[in-house]
Amino acid sequence: MGIGIRIQDLRKVYDSPPPAAAGASGFSFVAMSRGRKHKQKTEIVAIDGISLEILAGEVFGLLGPNGAGKSTTVGVLTTRVEPTSGRAWIGEHDVRREPVRVKRQIGVVPQRPNLDFALTAREILTFHGAYFGMNARDRSRRAAELLEKFKLIDRADHIVRGFSGGMMQRLSIARAMMHDPEVLFLDEPSAGLDPQTRLLLWEIVREYNQLGKTIVLTTHYMEEADSLCDRLAIIDHGRIISIGTPAELKASIPGGYLLRLRFNSTPAELMERLRQLPGVREVRNGDHTATDVYADRGGSLIPGVVSAASAMGVDLCDVHISEPSLETLFLHHTGRSLRD
Amino acid sequence: MNTKTFFAMLARDGHVARRNLVPMLLQNLLQPLLFVFVFGRVMTTSGLMPVEYKSLLLPGIMAISMVLSGIQAVAMPLITEFQFTREIEDRLLAPIENGWLAVEKVVAGMIQALIAGLVVIPAGLLLMGSGVSLSFDKPFEFAAVCLLVALLSAAGGLMLGCTIGQTQIGLMFSLVLAPMMMFGCAYYPWSALDAFPLLQKAVLVNPLVYASEGLRGSIAPQFPHLSATLVLIVLLAMDAGLLILGLKKFHNKAVS
Repeated sequence: MGIGIRIQDLRKVYDSPPPAAAGASGFSFVAMSRGRKHKQKTEIVAIDGISLEILAGEVFGLLGPNGAGKSTTVGVLTTRVEPTSGRAWIGEHDVRREPVRVKRQIGVVPQRPNLDFALTAREILTFHGAYFGMNARDRSRRAAELLEKFKLIDRADHIVRGFSGGMMQRLSIARAMMHDPEVLFLDEPSAGLDPQTRLLLWEIVREYNQLGKTIVLTTHYMEEADSLCDRLAIIDHGRIISIGTPAELKASIPGGYLLRLRFNSTPAELMERLRQLPGVREVRNGDHTATDVYADRGGSLIPGVVSAASAMGVDLCDVHISEPSLETLFLHHTGRSLRD
Repeated sequence: MNTKTFFAMLARDGHVARRNLVPMLLQNLLQPLLFVFVFGRVMTTSGLMPVEYKSLLLPGIMAISMVLSGIQAVAMPLITEFQFTREIEDRLLAPIENGWLAVEKVVAGMIQALIAGLVVIPAGLLLMGSGVSLSFDKPFEFAAVCLLVALLSAAGGLMLGCTIGQTQIGLMFSLVLAPMMMFGCAYYPWSALDAFPLLQKAVLVNPLVYASEGLRGSIAPQFPHLSATLVLIVLLAMDAGLLILGLKKFHNKAVS
């Protein structure tokens, strides 16, 4: 049976841009000659005190916009990022103190494919198996199985440099599963995948989970989080905003429905009238352009809104009704859309 | 340490090196061998250089060949693999301490450096024609110098590979490797710099000086050379320094 994950008061502060984001930066001759004092110190708080527990055998999702701290959290759990403070355990093993034992238990699908470009698809899998101590027969059998399953068999003996993005992503997932890890991390697994491949991916993730494996995935697709995850944590600015099953989280939205309204002006009196409409739980007028109305009903509220507005001489310019979804939830907690 | 993982990673590097064997040999050996031919054959046969120059040149070329191949064998793949694509992550996630991956890269680099150095001896004998006199009566000293030079180049490659970015590879060649080769006492013995006392002191920071002089002392001792003890001590110290620095830089690159 799979193993769980525990995170306690995790913080990560970068004092320079993270290396992956910095890309090809090496040393700079100008900076060297001027000395370090002149360098501007930038502090980026990527994780700001996260604690959570992921149960053995569950599919857990970290949901949030770009830069929320999802990948850094996965980086810490997969031993690639050293936390500034706090601790994390994969099963019984502390990720900082016992990285080798942790690495044995996990498989990682990174956000960008990091395949070994010097090798063929099959070799990537067999060498990966060899790093994990699999014997020659087992690794060639398992590699063949995975290549077949991920529909990569016709290109199995080609160098991966020429592969399409989707093929590389599939191969990354196959590689992560090669040594049969107890915990599988998928960082933005469907970014850049076509809908058909995304469905294949979901099916494979569910199937792997049915073997009792724990799965942690980060995503900014609501649909993916909603359909795959047993539980979710919504993360923004390095903090957990909300945590629970998709159904629990959706139920926490006041009323459930969200009406985004746009008026040509928003007098306070109009807001008051909207609050008094039947079924309305909350009205927010954050940036004076859009008014968010949380209510237990959707379209049937519109006539009331229109008559309230016309009584004040205000024009209703735009209406958007969202049914209960994680997107609305995110908006409710952060005041921003996931895509902002 | 997990030996299975270590040897699997070494096997991977060997596999990739075999696949790139021809371009790799051309890259590392062509230039030194051309040098051997022009200076060891053309210049000596035409009488512009004395015949003895052949034997003086050969250990120097061997040193250059070892140092260049070792540095390139480690630094180039590291620079590429630590790039935006982070190709190395597959091995950083293998069940072994990250430091051992760096050690594995150094061992792979040492093997390549030793091959590149030893190939120079038969190739040189062949290209230079008659008149080369080498002695192999100090096999242990020769072996020790070879191993330390191989480690020097591979550890240097680790340090450079974890320090510079892809855009600075050209600079590495023109600012680091080119002066190192010219002032590395490969084409002349250190004593030839007697007439340039300042330069003679300054070149002592160059690791290639000890590689050339050490090899010269062990297989062509008829020429003036630095003492074997001094060479071995300095090489050992430089190896240790570069290895420690390289491992530290590797760790900083591997874990953010």
